[in-house]
Amino acid sequence: MIVVRARRRPSAIFWMALGVGVPLAFLAVFFVWPVLAMVGRGFSDGLPAFEVLTRPRTLRLIGLTLAQAAIASIASVLIGLPIAHVLYRLRFRARGLLRALVIVPFVMPTVVIGVAFRTLLREGGLLGFLELDGTFVAILLALVYFNIAVVVRTVGGTWEGLDSRQEEAAQVLGATPRRVFFTITLPRLAPSIVAAASIVFLFCSTAFGVVLVLGGSRFGTIETEIWLLTTQFLDLRAASVLSIAQIVIVAGMLLLATRARGRSTAERRIGALHSARAPRRSDALPIAVAVATGVLLSLPIIALVLRSLQGRDGWGIGNYLALAGTGSRNALVVPVWQALGNSLVIAVQATAIAVVIALAASLVLSRTPRSVPGRRALELFDGVLMLPLGVSAVTLGFGFLVTLNQPPLDLRSSPILVPIAQALVALPLVVRTILPVLRGIDPRLRESAAVLGSAPWRVMRDVDLSIVARPVLAASGLAFAVALGEFGATTFLSRPDRPTLPVVIYRLIGLPGGDNFGMAIAAAVVLAAVTVGVMAIVERLRVGTIGAF
Amino acid sequence: MQKYLVVAVAAALILTGCSTTASPEDTTPEKLVLVTHDSFNLSEGTLAAFTEETGIEVEVQAAGDAGELVNKLVLTKDSPLGDVVFGIDNTFASRAVNEGVLENYVSGDLTDAEAQYLLPADQGGAQLTPIDNGDVCVNVDHEWFAEAGIDEPVTLDDLLKPEYRDLFVVPAANSSSPGLAFLLATIAAKGEGDWQQYWAGLVANGVKIDAGWSDAYYVDFSGPSSEGERPLVVSYASSPPFEVQEDGSVPTGALLDTCFRQTEYAGVVAGTKYPAAAGQLVDFLFSTIVQNDIPESMYVFPVNAAATLPEGWSETAKIAENPFVVSPADIDANREKWLSEWAAIATP
Repeated sequence: MIVVRARRRPSAIFWMALGVGVPLAFLAVFFVWPVLAMVGRGFSDGLPAFEVLTRPRTLRLIGLTLAQAAIASIASVLIGLPIAHVLYRLRFRARGLLRALVIVPFVMPTVVIGVAFRTLLREGGLLGFLELDGTFVAILLALVYFNIAVVVRTVGGTWEGLDSRQEEAAQVLGATPRRVFFTITLPRLAPSIVAAASIVFLFCSTAFGVVLVLGGSRFGTIETEIWLLTTQFLDLRAASVLSIAQIVIVAGMLLLATRARGRSTAERRIGALHSARAPRRSDALPIAVAVATGVLLSLPIIALVLRSLQGRDGWGIGNYLALAGTGSRNALVVPVWQALGNSLVIAVQATAIAVVIALAASLVLSRTPRSVPGRRALELFDGVLMLPLGVSAVTLGFGFLVTLNQPPLDLRSSPILVPIAQALVALPLVVRTILPVLRGIDPRLRESAAVLGSAPWRVMRDVDLSIVARPVLAASGLAFAVALGEFGATTFLSRPDRPTLPVVIYRLIGLPGGDNFGMAIAAAVVLAAVTVGVMAIVERLRVGTIGAF
Repeated sequence: MQKYLVVAVAAALILTGCSTTASPEDTTPEKLVLVTHDSFNLSEGTLAAFTEETGIEVEVQAAGDAGELVNKLVLTKDSPLGDVVFGIDNTFASRAVNEGVLENYVSGDLTDAEAQYLLPADQGGAQLTPIDNGDVCVNVDHEWFAEAGIDEPVTLDDLLKPEYRDLFVVPAANSSSPGLAFLLATIAAKGEGDWQQYWAGLVANGVKIDAGWSDAYYVDFSGPSSEGERPLVVSYASSPPFEVQEDGSVPTGALLDTCFRQTEYAGVVAGTKYPAAAGQLVDFLFSTIVQNDIPESMYVFPVNAAATLPEGWSETAKIAENPFVVSPADIDANREKWLSEWAAIATP
């Protein structure tokens, strides 16, 4: 008790308050307030239309939302785990490049992947014989396609830092690789698997474009219905009821996830230096799964690259040369390269916002309060941080319009809203990447530092921050990729004279004429290449910081 | 974070000038905000002509598709998004007018030649100035039909014939604006009680429903810049000019007996501080400076009779003589009902 009291000096409370206050203030202004204001609109003329919940169509959509999010998260975990094992546990050439490549599907614009998928699946397409076009399975495939990277990176980051000596000891004592995996590795990975699965679940439950494009409008989610009710029918009374339903579902799911994570113990971590090893025969299964998935993942991308090299006059790089211009008959306001520049600048800003706030939040979340209310409060805080992923972008976007319209926060037309919105999406991913590492720090390290006379900020700097530096870098890369590929919120908020690359791609693909379509595909390939480049640099830097190789 | 707060507050201070509600002032503003749909586009320098003429700069704010644009104006009535709006079309005009988001102003430069585009008096005729129009029609791949040796369809009824089975693809009416336009064409053609049966017929004849225009046109249509195998697609009457080949041949065309006309309007946003200057901007959008630029920039026809069309447009871009018409008030009153009925038939 004495030790505890000694640590709770006024300055410790100040840092704690800052760590909670900054993220909460950010979320309150840019998330909670806009969403509540928009939901509140539905209550302005008497009771909202609760009867919408009894419509068979609504019930069906809620069922579809849950089904596709649940199936897609389980499938993403099952496929992502072997890949994470191969990319983060085994040592081989080109591993860094493959780690960078695996993120590509995650950042590709929905509309481009939609077209690429449909080109493969349509009647007469390369995979047309599967007869999947317009089916529920096609939607699931696409959702898994987008989200495998989330599992690979979230779980891989933890896996990489797990001490492998325990497993080796078990193996030496005669346990089969299977048994080692299920009794030692899997339980230790459980928290990050749950974290990854819940992120995928949130992404899928608010999926919009993929569901419409691949389901041929036959399927929907709560999100597509909110969009329809808000943007087409202006039926805010029904839309707000669905927004509430969505929040309840998402919050319930997050609660389950927090509970599931909470039960497992924190793990001590060590440098990647000790964990990676050369592939062995027992790795055959994960390697086979990883290779097969890799081939499938790259099919749509290869199709896009091939299409981008086809112009009016046959094969060539005409589409890429056209990126310096504004498209046939001035389809665009700015050349594509300029849009890429905008994207990079905005993504850097978004990354900075997301990382600073996530770091502050994670430092607080990593502490384990002794009191039960304290722990409950932290669980709640944790859940609130994740919410932006699972709440309707339509509700949030319209909420921005009806709230951020008075000084001193008249930001509706301000360029700063774009990185802020992107940061909201990236924030949960960054928290989930950093937090497991911070939780894994031996509390005795902090205690001994404190006992030896270090001020709390010094403990934070010398213990927490130095250990978390590498994961922060990894998370920054992820946040950057998210921001680069973000489309929904960006298109809602971006200014016409400062479009991002995904916005430009969307515009090009919405206009007739083979030149514009070719340019759109080429621009998407550029987006993918830039992403790979950035992720590869991040991988390099990470390796550099631990001085391996 | 603090840095960003500083940036945010600074940005807020800079931006407060343009969108607060206050009593109208008849001074000349430095800047007007033009709120538009996402497809708004003019050649570089076109809007600069307005600045040269009046000394007022124009800032363009895009606000989604036509539906989102109107809904955003409705939701922000208390502190308007801008001073002038462009891009409200005849399918959403009623909502904008009934919700009171527009000032009473129509450009005085309109002549009798453009009277046909004006909305009925109680449905926007006093608030909205027509700027451009375009037809949504079934597009046909001439080459495919020539190769197959089948006659091309001409009317909506032809699309139900067995020889056109599995050849037609349309974007969904509830997630695409050309999709909605085509649904309205069929409602106008068949009447309130019978269009449902027509759509059941289309479904029975193998029509394919895609979510959006892009994947209907680029994935399923068989035209020269597309990947698909269906030679009939709902698109714009202005799409065929984009498929003209280098040798001058025209591989696709529009079926002009299947069209619904979308007319786009501009108006002064209610609550603007500068109604007089806003009116000037509406006039400018109707002037030949903008009107001559519209075809090449936005792929639609200018309404101003004095505007000149670009070379080649008169041959390849056709206008329907008698497009189908549904009044804006009917559309507004029935949109939700029609779309639900349509969804039940077309996307079960």
